[in-house]
Parts: sequence; C-alpha cells; structure tokens
Amino acid sequence: MEWETVIGLEIHTQLATRSKIFSGAATAYGAEPNTQACAVDLGLPGVLPVLNQEAVRMAVIFGMAIEAHIAPYSVFARKNYFYPDLPKGYQISQMDHPIVGVGHLDIDIDGVTKRIGVTRAHLEEDAGKSLHEDFHGLTGIDLNRAGTPLLEIVSEPDMRSAKEAVAYMRKLHELVRYLGICDGNMQEGSFRCDANVSVRPKGQAAFGTRAEIKNINSFKFVEKAINHEVERQIALIESGGKVVQETRLYDSVKDETRSMRSKEEANDYRYFPDPDLLPVIIDEAFKAQIKAELPELPEAKKQRFKADYQLDEENIAILTSSRPLADYFEAVYKKSGCEAKLCANWITGDLSAALNKAGLEINESPINDERLSGLLARISDNTISGKIAKQVFEHLWQSTANADDIIAEQGLTQISDTGAIVAIIDKIIADNPSQVEQYRSGKDKMFAFFVGQVMKAMQGKANPAEVNKMLKEKL
Amino acid sequence: MSLTADDVNKIAHLARLGIDKQDVAAYANDLSGMLDLMTKMSEVNTDDIEPMAHPMDQAQRLRVDVVTELNHREEFQAIAPQVEAGLYLVPKVIE
Amino acid sequence: MHNKTLAELNLGLQAKKFSSVELTQFFLNRIDKHIQLNAYITVTPELALAQAKAADQRLAKGTSDLLTGIPIAQKDIFCTHGVVTTCGSKMLANFTAPYNATVVEKFNQSGAVMLGKLNMDEFAMGSSNETSYYGAVKNPWDINTVPGGSSGGSAAAVSARLAACATGTDTGGSIRQPAALCGITGLKPTYGRVSRYGMIAYASSLDQGGPMTRSAEDAAIMLQTMAGFDEKDSTSVNLPVPDYRADLNKSLVGLKIGLPKEFFGEGLNEDVAKTLALAIDEYRKLGAEIVDISMPNLKLAIPAYYVIAPAECSANLSRFDGVRYGYRCESPVDLTDLYTRSRGEGFGKEVKRRILMGTYALSTGYYDAYYLKAQKIRRLISEDFKTALASVDVIMGPVTPSTAFGIGEKMDDPIAMYLSDIYTIAINLAGVPAMSIPAGFVAGMPVGLQLIGDYFSEDRLLNIAHQYQQVTDWHNFIPTGFE
Repeated sequence: MEWETVIGLEIHTQLATRSKIFSGAATAYGAEPNTQACAVDLGLPGVLPVLNQEAVRMAVIFGMAIEAHIAPYSVFARKNYFYPDLPKGYQISQMDHPIVGVGHLDIDIDGVTKRIGVTRAHLEEDAGKSLHEDFHGLTGIDLNRAGTPLLEIVSEPDMRSAKEAVAYMRKLHELVRYLGICDGNMQEGSFRCDANVSVRPKGQAAFGTRAEIKNINSFKFVEKAINHEVERQIALIESGGKVVQETRLYDSVKDETRSMRSKEEANDYRYFPDPDLLPVIIDEAFKAQIKAELPELPEAKKQRFKADYQLDEENIAILTSSRPLADYFEAVYKKSGCEAKLCANWITGDLSAALNKAGLEINESPINDERLSGLLARISDNTISGKIAKQVFEHLWQSTANADDIIAEQGLTQISDTGAIVAIIDKIIADNPSQVEQYRSGKDKMFAFFVGQVMKAMQGKANPAEVNKMLKEKL
Repeated sequence: MSLTADDVNKIAHLARLGIDKQDVAAYANDLSGMLDLMTKMSEVNTDDIEPMAHPMDQAQRLRVDVVTELNHREEFQAIAPQVEAGLYLVPKVIE
Repeated sequence: MHNKTLAELNLGLQAKKFSSVELTQFFLNRIDKHIQLNAYITVTPELALAQAKAADQRLAKGTSDLLTGIPIAQKDIFCTHGVVTTCGSKMLANFTAPYNATVVEKFNQSGAVMLGKLNMDEFAMGSSNETSYYGAVKNPWDINTVPGGSSGGSAAAVSARLAACATGTDTGGSIRQPAALCGITGLKPTYGRVSRYGMIAYASSLDQGGPMTRSAEDAAIMLQTMAGFDEKDSTSVNLPVPDYRADLNKSLVGLKIGLPKEFFGEGLNEDVAKTLALAIDEYRKLGAEIVDISMPNLKLAIPAYYVIAPAECSANLSRFDGVRYGYRCESPVDLTDLYTRSRGEGFGKEVKRRILMGTYALSTGYYDAYYLKAQKIRRLISEDFKTALASVDVIMGPVTPSTAFGIGEKMDDPIAMYLSDIYTIAINLAGVPAMSIPAGFVAGMPVGLQLIGDYFSEDRLLNIAHQYQQVTDWHNFIPTGFE
C-alpha cells in the first residue's frame, strides 16, 4: 500500500526580550542556576504577573509578517499541571483567544511554492529546567528559564514529508531572525519544535492517529525523527497494529522515538482565564505603529535583489538568508560603487569562507562593510588585480588598516606603466630564447609561460591586460 | 448531582492532594452538597450572557521591557526545603 | 489610650502627650493580657518597638504622616519581609517572606508601627476563623462565639482594642462579616482600589484588602494609606485617590437609599431585622429617602461564588508544592508522593474541600456547566448592582443573617457555614465597595449594617457611615473586660 505522511509542527520561539514575559528578571542565557529567577518566576505567595510590552509587540510583528489576523482582544489562561519546573503549578498561556490567528507561510520545494497554513500563534511563559545529573538520586531544578516569553506557532497539518517540514521550519527560523524577535539559537533552545506526525493510505481523506514528537532541537533531527516515526507507524499498521495517540521523545543518539510514559497519564489541564491578568487589547493605532516598523521580509527582499542587482539565484539565496548579511551587501554596494556581482561574489565567497572558518557571524566580521568597500573599489578601478586583492583581504582581516593604506604600504599598486612592463618583457624574451622559439613555431600554450614570468618578475603587480597586449606585440 | 468516593479520589489526584481514606466519604458528601446548591444556576437561562471574568472592564497594562529584578537567590533559597549548588532538589524526575 | 481614635492618637503623638514607644508598649501589654482571644498568630514586639522609636524621631523632626507612630496590626495574609507569614496555614508555618506586600510597604512608609500578624481562617477560607491552623479566635463580646472570618483576628483585635486598627481582606465578606459580628467598622474597597501584590491570593478576581477600624473616620484615614495604583498588580486601577476625609461631614439630605427586598426576606433573624429597621430610621431622620428595590439575581450569588472562588483557589494554591518554600513532607519516595503528601499534610479540611470543588468545576466535561455558567451568572449579578445603583445612591441591608454563632456550631456543616455569607458574597462578584458599620445589639451581641456603593465611591460610603456615627453611639461600645 502507498502511504501518505501528514505533519503539523508546533514551534516554540523564545522571544528576544530583555526581561521575562511577566517579571523584571533577565532572560540572558547561561547564568548561574536560579540567579535570574525572581519572586514572580518562583511563584512565591502573593506575587503577581505584569505583561511585558515587548513580548506583545514581537507577537504582533510576527503575526503581520505571516499576514495573520491580529486579535483585537486576546486572553491569558492558566494551564494547570504539576511539574517541578513549573513553579506555580500552572503555566500562563493562551487558549481560546490567542494573540495571532490564522496566517500562512510559503515554502519552496524543488522550485515549487507551497503554502503552509499557520493555525495560530500564542504567547506563553517558558518553564524552568530539570537537571538530571545525580544529586544523590534527586533531580535539580533551575528556574532561570521560567517565565521567558515564548511564541508558540502552530501550523496546520499541511506538510506531507519530512523535507517539507524542514523547509517550513527553516523558513520560520529565517523569518523570526529577520524580524529580530528570536535569536534562533537552537542549541540554547531558543527555537524548539514538536512534530505531530500521522500516516494514512494515499487518497484517504481522514487523518490517521497522530503521535506527537517532543523537543526536536535541530533541522537534522526533525527530518530524522519524522522519517523514523513515519517508518515506525507504517510498520506498525502493516503488521496489524494500531497507532496510539501519545507523546514520544526523539532520542538522537539511538535515532529512534520512544513513548514518554510520564506524559501518558491522562492530562486534564483545566484551562481558565487567568484572573491576575486582564484582556490584551490591540487597537488600530498599535497595529499601525508596528506595521511602520515592519522590516522588509525575506521574500520581498529576494524579489528586490533579483530586480535591482540582477544577481544569480545562488547569490540571492545566500545574501538574503539573514538580514545582517543582506544589509552588509547593500552597504558595500553603496559605499564601494562597484558592480553588484563583484560585491556579491566577494561577500558570498572570500568573506563568507573566512567567517565560516573563524566561526563568526557577519555582524562580528573583522572586516566591516566600509573596509571591504575600500578593497573592492581598488579592484574596480584597476589599482590592484584580483590576485593582489586576495592578499590585501588577508591584511584587512588581520589588521585594522584600510585597503588603500595596505596597498600603499606594501607597494601593491598595479603597474600599467608601459615602459616598465616593456623593459621586463624584453629581458624575459632575451633570457628565454628556446621558449621564444617554441612559441613562434606554433606552441601557443607557451604564452602562459611568458605571462607567468612577467607577473613573477613584477611581483604580480602588473596589469594583466597590459602584459597580454604587449607580450603579443613583442613575440 | 452527587459525587462518589471514586470521583473524589480522581479529583484529589488531579490536584495532587493527599486525602485520608476515612475522610473520602465525607468529602464526597460535602462536595455533593455544594453541587446541590449549584443546581439553582441551571434554572436561569444565560444563553446570551457574556461570561464575566473580571469586575472591571479594563485592558491589560503593559510593562516596559527592562530588567528590574536582581539576583536574590540566597534569600530565596534560605526558605527552601532542599537546595544544592543553587538548585532546588526534588525526587528524581523520570521522563 | 486604647479608646482614642486614629485622629486623636495622631494629635496626642504630635503634641508629645505620649510617645509612640509608650503607645506601642501599651498595646503590646494589652495583647499579652488578652492572649486568650488568640487574635494574633505572631506578635513582633522587638520590631514594633524599633519602628516606634523611628516614628518618634520622625515625629520630632516634623516629617510625620497621619499614621506615624500608631500601632496597627496586619492580617497574616499580607507578606511581611523578615516576619513569618502563615496565612493561617500549617503549609506556611515556616514561611518568612522575602518581600513586603505593597500594603505593608505603604504602612511602613507612613511610619505606622506593626504590632504583629493577625489570626485568620486558613488561606482566608472560612466564615468563623475556626479553620485557622493556629486555633479559633474568640469573639470579645462572648468568648464562646466566633468572631467571624476570615479576618476574625483583625475584627477581634480591633474590637478588644489590641491594635489601633487592622488590615483585613475580603473575598466573599471576610472584612464585613467579622466586622459586623465584632461590632467594628469594616470597608471592602472597590476591586482594584487596593493593591493585591504580596497579599496571598485566595480568589484573585474577588480578593480585596481593606481597613478594619472602630469608626468610619478611622477607616478613611487607613484607606488613605492603603489605596492607590500599583504597577506590580495588573488588576490595580490607575485612578487618583481622593481625600477620604474631605466629604465626611457632607449632609445626607436627599440621599437615596435602596433596600433590596431580597435582603430582608426569609432567613434573616427577626431581631436583627428590627435592629436594622431602627438604623434605617436614623438615616431617614438624617434626611435620606428610602426606596424599595429588587435585585432578582442575588439568590444566585452563593452558587456562583462557590464555583468561581474555588476554581481560582484551586490554581492559586497549586504553588504550595513543597519544592521552593513552605511545608514539605518527610522523606518523599517520588515526585507524586512529594506533592500529594506535602499538600495533603499542609492544608486543612476547608482548604482541601475548596481545592477539590474548584478542580472539579474546571475539569473536562464540567467547565461549561459550572465555571462558565457561574461567570455568566456573575454578569447578571453585576448588572443587578449597576441597575440598582443607577437609581439609588447606596444600597443598605444586613451583613449577616444573625449575630455571632457559637464556636463549633457550624464546623460540621460546611453548607450552613457558606450560607451565612449570603448578604456579602454578591458584592465581591460585582466588585463594588461595601462597608459594615455597627448598628446595635441583639442579646448583647453586635449587629452590622451593610452599605453598598457604586464603583470607586468609597468616599461617599465613608460619608454615609460617618454621618450615622455622628448621631449614634454603637461604634463606641466596648466589650466587657476590654474597657
């Protein structure tokens, strides 16, 4: 039988606010345990939540970016369950009235665009962390993360393969970073994914029973976990078994999913409106203000780059993959006055390679847009050759000097002075009579030898076009 | 509407509330009495009534995103039943 | 000294007739002497005397406030930095709050002296103060009867002059009912008028702190300090605080008083009804016009309340889990055991009853029938108040169906206990302000008259209460043995 996979994703995005969603404690990652858990985060008696404006702004900006309905009236509710990383015994979340309603996100699959529905996105507080290292057979609880704002983005079950799921997740990841609402750091848990996976015979309209795979924290694991789960479900059904609705945990070491027994116990979350918080009202003025701040979105940027810069698909894809990189490109283009293609090639080529090697992001680049522009301008006006430029680039990376200073200091200026080049050419022709003989008897390949000799003698500084031209004349 | 001992045990488990065996029947009886009081509500038609969660029709106030709380771990953990290395300790959590 | 009003105490302190240290010591001695009332859970003599000393310095410098140097007491539901806050429960017997409630902070800033923490029903759940882990409080008017609850310790302490005034909290009548039963003045402000920050939550959409005093004028002075916007409480209302004493002497001529027939029907003790009729007559003499009104949904207040309050409390009390503070059971074998036993052993019966009720009302399959229904009923009740208060200035009625009942009398019958709050609960559901003022005695036991006003009309209520207290003496009676 042929099977069809149905996938819906729930993505937990930690919002990049300074303070927590309901308290004034810091959200910075990696602090000493419980040093960023204040009285509100700890759920001490009598303390009360007050909503962070920035979390609301970020949720709305996200909603606008996916062309979703922004709820004029949204409500926080308590989700009740006991767990040691949940200090109050309930999580403040949203149930019936989420802040962001139905929207969508387009993904590209092998050149074909597919629209994935977003059911909703709601604000909630993150839980703390249970540390399972051994404390004499006990578990340690760190509540620093408790109260960090989360935007839970729930998709429709619109994806039909692990590949689509990954494409959707990558697209969302790119978007939240573009919007500046999430740092996207998956290792630190800033962007986490739960996948709802089911299979059904191809052509069947009804969905199969789904399993929820929790906490998959990399693109690679999402693909693996889903593929594994699909195989498990198909094998199970084909051998006469039945998929049960349950929560499963992906084990990346064993590459398998397994049932989470602790979550199996029938949960009754007893949602009800949190009486400590009032309805969040978002009016037109607030929306208009946010709309004005909305940055250019990845899709629009791609279209614009294509139209304005006539770059190839690959360069566009790389340059628009992050806002800082796109901004860097545009700054270099503007400041250097060079052709877009030259700028793009250097940024996606030498600069990206160097950054990758050093493990740096574009905004941490030792060569800022100003200094790279200085270098490209000198290539463009033939002051230096492409080869020398690579040398100058090395110096730019190591020092703080600008390209002109480096070129001047090291005497790297390209020599186009005909007299100097002619003198060298004459000397080389005189010193290599047999090679001259070979070339003249029709061995065209020998030409490269002469070019090489001239360049070597002139330490690469000769203008290659001039060298070619004059060599041809002399030979 | 009356609740059975079994109902009480189920609710008590949801609420993680230890109840002495000999008290279960009494709780079932008390809760049933409370539910009897509530039958009065079902006599009123409320189909078109908007539920009221707060006494005031007000909107949530928003806080400026600044860090105002500093580290008070020592003071907070001085009142904790069991801590080690800055962590709150609980019996082993099995996932 | 213990019979002086807050204004008189302030004048005495300003004029150096006595010092705050003397005054404080005097009250501490009275607390010691009348320890049998069990009004206090914790007395803080050292802190009180230190605060009194500081207050005396402030008085000497001339930077004092109306309450500077005056010994007050806090209901043990308000968190006090460095002082144990039990909320009347074994669960918090060892809980020293690492912060002050906003209300406590405000009193500290005004220079008031805190004598200690007052007894109360466990987590404010009760109408007799008998659910306290620290034992029942006795009514100073008859030590075999209850003082009411949940602010029973506050009412007893003010009535017996064991503090110049006290704080209380009111979720379904917990300020007004004990005030009535102990013959003092109690005011439950409009929901949102007094910050709930640091006030341990019972039912968050109903809880409100307020003053418990011997007179309306004292209540005005106390409320002046307690009221106000607090950015730490999202439900706190950002409206200016009026001068609550400014209008105390305004004439009541032309005042329209509404008497809901539902308040004077079956269930109200006849002698209490007669006493209230006399009180209403006094108002007539003061120039008020009496109007009969009807509030048909009042009868639904008790069922709606006993869904909403337990539902909210079932979540509010989940944080007491033996992990970060409070009671933890001995040697838990696993996580469920830790939770179940810590909570099972740490909470008393009434608290458990309400947690169970609330958990049930919110659980799958029952939410619509109970919780949602109760919220709709709440709307109807609130509309009743809005309608009534559009046509009258104030609603008056009883606070309690009878005078104080005997200790132990209703402990085995929770439903009967709940029904004793029949006249107070609806006010919390609507969120409007209300007062209880002493209006006479039946067989030597105090009777309270309830005044209910429109949202944020505390100043008007205080004026109406004060005018009555200018022509009557009920608020000046002192229980025998406490003169």
